[in-house]
Amino acid sequence: MLGAYFDFIRIRFLTMLAYRVNYYSGILIYTLNIGVNYFTWKAIYGNGESLGGFTGAQMTTYVAVSWMARAFYFNNLDREISTDIRDGSIAIQFIRPYNYVLVKMMQGLGEGLFRFMMLMIPGMVIAILLFPVQLPTELSAWAGFLVMLFFSFLISSQINVITGLSAFFVENNEGMMRMKRVIVDLFSGLIIPISLFPDWLSGVLKVLPFQAITYLPGSVFTGRVQGVGIWNVLGVQVFWFLVLLIPIVWLYHAARQRLFVQGG
Amino acid sequence: MKTRLTYRADFWVEVISDLLFQATNFIFILVIFMHTDSLGGWNQNEVVFVYGFFMVPYGVFSCFVNMWGFSERYIVKGEMDRILTRPAHNLFQIFLENVDPPALFGSIIGLIIMAISGANLGLPFEWWTIPALILLTLSAVAIYTGIYTTLTSLSFYSDAPTGILPLMYNIQSYGRYPVTIYNRAIQVLLTWVIPFAFVGIYPAALFLERDEMRGMALLTPVVGAVFLCLGLVSWNYGVKRYKGAGS
Repeated sequence: MLGAYFDFIRIRFLTMLAYRVNYYSGILIYTLNIGVNYFTWKAIYGNGESLGGFTGAQMTTYVAVSWMARAFYFNNLDREISTDIRDGSIAIQFIRPYNYVLVKMMQGLGEGLFRFMMLMIPGMVIAILLFPVQLPTELSAWAGFLVMLFFSFLISSQINVITGLSAFFVENNEGMMRMKRVIVDLFSGLIIPISLFPDWLSGVLKVLPFQAITYLPGSVFTGRVQGVGIWNVLGVQVFWFLVLLIPIVWLYHAARQRLFVQGG
Repeated sequence: MKTRLTYRADFWVEVISDLLFQATNFIFILVIFMHTDSLGGWNQNEVVFVYGFFMVPYGVFSCFVNMWGFSERYIVKGEMDRILTRPAHNLFQIFLENVDPPALFGSIIGLIIMAISGANLGLPFEWWTIPALILLTLSAVAIYTGIYTTLTSLSFYSDAPTGILPLMYNIQSYGRYPVTIYNRAIQVLLTWVIPFAFVGIYPAALFLERDEMRGMALLTPVVGAVFLCLGLVSWNYGVKRYKGAGS
């Protein structure tokens, strides 16, 4: 049974491989994004020593690693799910002997692994060559970052699944999907590190799940969080992973019920 | 257009999500200026004003030209064949089918932002302000249309769904920062290759009386015309090569 789920990862990976040409442009554009952000922050820093606890060098690394992490965790599960719902093909998938949401997560992981190898790693190499990125020297930072990156993927995909499943209950969730995209990019700390927001806002963002996607892994990789602190921020991610399971399970059951009612 | 207005709730959701997207960029500017006084020699009101201008042509563009999902909708599903059987120009039909009125709210907000920050800066209101605003807005819309038409016409050549469009949406907003802060390569890229600097900072500089960019501002209509032509040519060429969706 478990083997079947692994096949979903493998198949998606191979499908993505068929379209790999797209990813060459992706590398270019992600690098450009990092470049523009790098120069913007450079202009902001001027002669300033440190902003929101980030030194100039740390900010460069943070920007590079955040965008590259996005290359890995980003996927369109929300769109895939709401398309399945709107064209009705979800009904067939519900009666098949597997868990629909789990399958979607597996497909997302297949895509993520592909993006990791074809987009994130080559992109990171280019970013290191072009910009003064400082790689961490401690093994714990690397190990912590990779584990946290996996949780970034899980949490971001969970949010996508929730947004996608909402198509069952909202007539048109196009707007919700767009809003989600904007909110995740802004509130996860991709565009602005959370510690630079005004106090009241960063206080609010610290109790929301989004920081677990970009800000926390980025903080570990830049060395702002070290040693025991890594376990703490990892704990935050695990916490949100578990909490987000609740609405997914609930939505999934409610969706199945609703499907039967509509199907008559 | 009427079908869109039928769903009132959708309309407002779309307005709000558009504005939220603009708000993220706006928040970015506000947060930046909490930590610095000037960005490459431009102060907060100036950067905000540039952003206000940037929103105006962008709103007009997204209202009348919406190429999002063209490949899936028209090529994969074969709707392009239906378009081609009609007499009106195919690109024009596609634009009309996808008109998106909620996007115009962005332009209105942009004008309001320009008015407020312009008043803060004490900018003079000259006889040429309104005509220049209209001309530069249309030029910027032409640039957007040119770039996105060119990119969309790529889908006539390749079967794979191109991921370029969504990524381009990220890049376009960089044209509204003072381009002088970037290094030479990015400046050249944003000015001459994908000229997003001409939809934000250069034309806005004219109103801000930034003499160093006046030449560039006056060049905006030329760049608009060039890129619009480029878009139309590559589109027509793509349509000629198009062979239909199989069945």
